[in-house]
Amino acid sequence: MYVVHTALTKTSRMSKKILEVKNLTMDFGGVRALGGVDLDVKGGEIVALIGPNGAGKTTFFNCVTGIYYPTKGDILLHTPGRQKPKSLKGLKPNQVTVAGLARTFQNIRLFSQMTVLENVMIGRHCRTKAFIFGALFRTKSTRQEEKEIIDYSYSILEKVGLADLANEYSKNLPYGAQRRLEIARALATDPLLLLLDEPAAGMNPQETNELVTLIQNISSGGQSILLIEHDMKLVMTLSERIFVMDYGRKIAQGTPDEIRNNQEVIKAYLGEELDA
Amino acid sequence: MLMDFDYFRELFFSGLTRGAIYALIALGYTMVYGIIGLINFAHGEIYMIGAFTAFIAATIFSILGFPALAIIILAGVCAVIWSASYGYTIEKIAYKPLRHAPRLSPLISAIGMSIFLQNYVLLAQTSDFLPFPALIPDFDFMEPYAHIVGSTDVVILATTTVIMIILTFIIKYTKVGKAMRATAQDRTMATLVGINVNRIISATFIIGSSLAAVGGLLIASHIGQINFYIGFIAGIKAFTAAVLGGIGSIPGAVLGSVILGLTESFATGYVSSDYEDVFAFSLLVLILIFKPSGILGKADNQKV
Repeated sequence: MYVVHTALTKTSRMSKKILEVKNLTMDFGGVRALGGVDLDVKGGEIVALIGPNGAGKTTFFNCVTGIYYPTKGDILLHTPGRQKPKSLKGLKPNQVTVAGLARTFQNIRLFSQMTVLENVMIGRHCRTKAFIFGALFRTKSTRQEEKEIIDYSYSILEKVGLADLANEYSKNLPYGAQRRLEIARALATDPLLLLLDEPAAGMNPQETNELVTLIQNISSGGQSILLIEHDMKLVMTLSERIFVMDYGRKIAQGTPDEIRNNQEVIKAYLGEELDA
Repeated sequence: MLMDFDYFRELFFSGLTRGAIYALIALGYTMVYGIIGLINFAHGEIYMIGAFTAFIAATIFSILGFPALAIIILAGVCAVIWSASYGYTIEKIAYKPLRHAPRLSPLISAIGMSIFLQNYVLLAQTSDFLPFPALIPDFDFMEPYAHIVGSTDVVILATTTVIMIILTFIIKYTKVGKAMRATAQDRTMATLVGINVNRIISATFIIGSSLAAVGGLLIASHIGQINFYIGFIAGIKAFTAAVLGGIGSIPGAVLGSVILGLTESFATGYVSSDYEDVFAFSLLVLILIFKPSGILGKADNQKV
């Protein structure tokens, strides 16, 4: 009964675009936080969005996930099996999640008063049907559905290596584990595209290495990922393509090698040389 | 002064019954506060409307010649449906448009709604006290214990207990309950995992109003008369109970209600019935001085 997008394997994946952002512009009063950014993610790909602090990366995520309503531009999601792409512009965050985008946050936002398992189950919420009447009368389909949610949530917890801690309160987890739980909760919504906002922020090298392995595992199942990250080693290791932003504009895009040697990018990060 | 044990027991059960009714109303306050951080002052009116609906429905069904048990159940169902639709509508009209306004605005809106509903019922019905039929029959098997606890008290306590168990189950184990807790903890994040927050808020109002309607039916049947003003006093008392137990906390609302009910009952029985409210509100003042977050309330640490 679930649409399992992750069924595409790495080898058989289509290189069709799944997310297409066109000319995305966001003004806060007189301040232009995003000035016409274009970006696209293909099926099964890991794409990174990088840039100095204040470049507009998180604003970009907030526009795409419906937290902000962009001033101009469009966000198109190509759902497999559908002819026309769906525009996400103007949808509420919960509708964007249902459409197939899931995200994590730069600062962890777990439901701290809930257990690890419940945090993942809540992510499953949007893919199931039962509402209050089913819950009250315990219909057969509701019980069946609840069992499926629990099984599915456990399988995701196993994937991120948290199955042993399922009944622990999420606030009691170590930092690295909380990050992985956020990813698990996002995965539970069965997204077409997973958005990770600085997943390695605040992690020690050991935790970062584990995270790289985790992201690679998720990606090898065919999951498309768009990530914001400052850890360049992580970005260069994981990404197939990189978009670079500065002052709300896209200044470069390409493979890790192309980006590494791009003069614009070096300038944005290190400043211009003053030899004249 | 009488200190015999039977008298004590009588006061104890009457306090417990009172507490059970307060709990049914207090839960609505505490659930709504937990989710949208609003003191829903119109909640007492929902309870009053529940009592009126039950009154009208019971009259109609008894004219139609239904048996006693059918009357009480049908009147209860009518009261729940009608009050729940009021709760739902009030939220849509008076609170939803103010979701992003400063905290004071929805509070004023709630007080306005409360006054409006009181006057609406005053105009539509009457300002007189209406005699409410004793819907709960005296059970034969209760006969030997009748001097300690009446049939009505037993029905009220049993109904409240069952409702609490169902509510706890809903909140702890069902999807709706999880979504409610998630919304209470972090509304933005809840939408980002795909929860339709508006629907969850509506569900909260519907559940809270249904509980208040059951409370209205039970207490009206217990006391035997209703008028348009009963919601105000009951609402203030239930609000006190919710604050006493720690507003936002569901077990807190129940505990606070029971403590309040017992305090009132013993104060009335051993001191004077004139001081009933004095004791109730002195208790509130003491709790607020020594533990402002309430008995089971947590310090406000994660509301941003």
